[in-house]
Amino acid sequence: MTWLLEPGSAVEKFAVMLVAVAVFVVVMGVILFAVDRPKRVPAWVVALGFVGVPLAFLAYGLVRPGLITLWQSFFDRTGSEFIGFDNYLRAFTEGQFQKVLLVTAAWVILAPLLSTIIGLAYAVLVDRTRFEKLAKALVFVPMAISMVGASIIWKFVYEFRPDQPGVNQIGLLNQLLVWLGIPPQQFLIGQPWNSGFLIVVMIWIQTGFAMTVLSAAIKAIPDDITEAARLDGLHGFGMFRYITVPSIRPALVVVLTTIAMGTLKAFDIVRTMTGGQFGTQVVANEFYTQAFRQGNQGLAAALAVVLFVLVIPIIAYNVRQMRKSEEIR
Amino acid sequence: MTTTPTPGQSVAGTAVDDDARGAPRKLSRLEKRAIATKGRLSSPWASGVAIVIALLWTIPSIGLFVTSFRPESDIRRSGWWTVFTGNAEFTMDNYNEALYGNSNDLSTFFVNSFVITIPGVLIPITLALLAAYAFAWIKFPGRNFLFVAVFSLQVVPLQVALVPLLSDYVDAGVNGTFWTVWLSHSIFALPLAIFLLHNFMKDIPPSLVEAARVDGAGHVKIFFRVLFPLLVPAIASFGIFQFLWVWNDLLVGLTFTDTPYRPLTVAVAEMAGSRGGDWHILTAGAFISMIVPLIVFIALQRYFVRGMLAGAVKG
Repeated sequence: MTWLLEPGSAVEKFAVMLVAVAVFVVVMGVILFAVDRPKRVPAWVVALGFVGVPLAFLAYGLVRPGLITLWQSFFDRTGSEFIGFDNYLRAFTEGQFQKVLLVTAAWVILAPLLSTIIGLAYAVLVDRTRFEKLAKALVFVPMAISMVGASIIWKFVYEFRPDQPGVNQIGLLNQLLVWLGIPPQQFLIGQPWNSGFLIVVMIWIQTGFAMTVLSAAIKAIPDDITEAARLDGLHGFGMFRYITVPSIRPALVVVLTTIAMGTLKAFDIVRTMTGGQFGTQVVANEFYTQAFRQGNQGLAAALAVVLFVLVIPIIAYNVRQMRKSEEIR
Repeated sequence: MTTTPTPGQSVAGTAVDDDARGAPRKLSRLEKRAIATKGRLSSPWASGVAIVIALLWTIPSIGLFVTSFRPESDIRRSGWWTVFTGNAEFTMDNYNEALYGNSNDLSTFFVNSFVITIPGVLIPITLALLAAYAFAWIKFPGRNFLFVAVFSLQVVPLQVALVPLLSDYVDAGVNGTFWTVWLSHSIFALPLAIFLLHNFMKDIPPSLVEAARVDGAGHVKIFFRVLFPLLVPAIASFGIFQFLWVWNDLLVGLTFTDTPYRPLTVAVAEMAGSRGGDWHILTAGAFISMIVPLIVFIALQRYFVRGMLAGAVKG
């Protein structure tokens, strides 16, 4: 039976996959069959048949580990000695980690803002033009690929070759600099701008999301409103500033907060492009380093909790704005 | 009469309304287009900005794509844009080496990605459908509390769950296998999946469910006979979303799989770390890891966008 745990060939792997799916189907089928006796099964038993397994999964795989992590964050690196808030103290006071927090803050502020601004501008600019569908698809495609893939795409754009005669730049950005008569730069090494060049990748990925959501919101603005504004003499930027933006405010808040949360948790870009070196480390990647490279259980747990705590103000802002816009309606 | 859908406030509805309305509507759309072309959009600045954005969003990918077909020596010697100025040479060698080479062998990881992704989509969607049905249509004690609890679990970052789960898997002796990745992906997908599918289920008119119940159907029958067929578009939307999420995931794959069972993303990320300068392999490898999501996206774009909008606007 070892092939169930350690399949060798591709055929064995697909066989294991089929076994897993079959086991799942049979188990769920038995549960549903058992609760589907119309003869007076109490409602809560039927409900348990439907929600039992999913809730058990969540309790086992999210709630319980979350609590364990919270508990572990008060212990030392091996998890043997209780040290109170020392891990958190370290994460917020030690220079190395303060820098990580600062860089993370830059990510969480810049990536959502710029993605939203560019996405909104693009949505407005291509709205109702002949090429709208194609133009949107072009910007949307990066949403479909992995952050690892996007990182490699951009690492190649940033590629640096020493500035010597006979050496050609192979990265597009440095070639552009050379064409402009500026010496090529090591974009991923020079601090603090290297973090900015990493954030560009996140913006590149998330703009498609912002554009799609905002474009749908713009199209949902009732015609009579724009018509009335036009009769009142609003055009171009005035229309954008006083009609479009206020009308899509709820969508703007959702886009900003969604991207902010995604950015906070993303570690793929930093890990693939710099590995967190050269002062580009962020909390999500530092967590991974501490947990699986440095083996510092306590500190890693504290960083995971910090990630969770940082999400809360974003959510709170989202909920407050939602309430506000509902009151206005 | 009973089957008239309640007017949904969903974003997807607006597109349908546009087409469904009669002739006067069409006229005003034409007018609008005329105004639009006369107004701000014909300004050269506006089109210029739009074109620059479109270029910035495509040229980097084109660079990767072109490079992956160039011979290794050419890649080292000159930029990919030189292929547009004559005597360019193209080859499939890079793909051969990335897929079947001694040290890369991405074909294995390609298989792994499929083996991980298919159950990683089927299992959570099935579970979420059942849970969403119960939360929407079965009355049981604690329902609202549990639904809010599941809903709020969406904000928990995966990071808090990784280390305890991993040590469990190690204790159980299944650590590093496909089983742990399937389980983890299924768990992590549930909060969003239940929430989204619950929203879709709530849009179905209650009269349909009531009618089926009057006819004597149990919940299981109602679920499969009445609701499931109506939910196919919603399931497709979320299915594509989850497919891309699992396929593109790095964190879960990196944490839970041993080397022979790694997904493509982990293998390609590793290549980027260890063979950072070998652009012939890296570009081909990156493109191999993207081809499936790209096909899915292009073929099923409508469902994908709809699923994402539902998730974002309602979440």
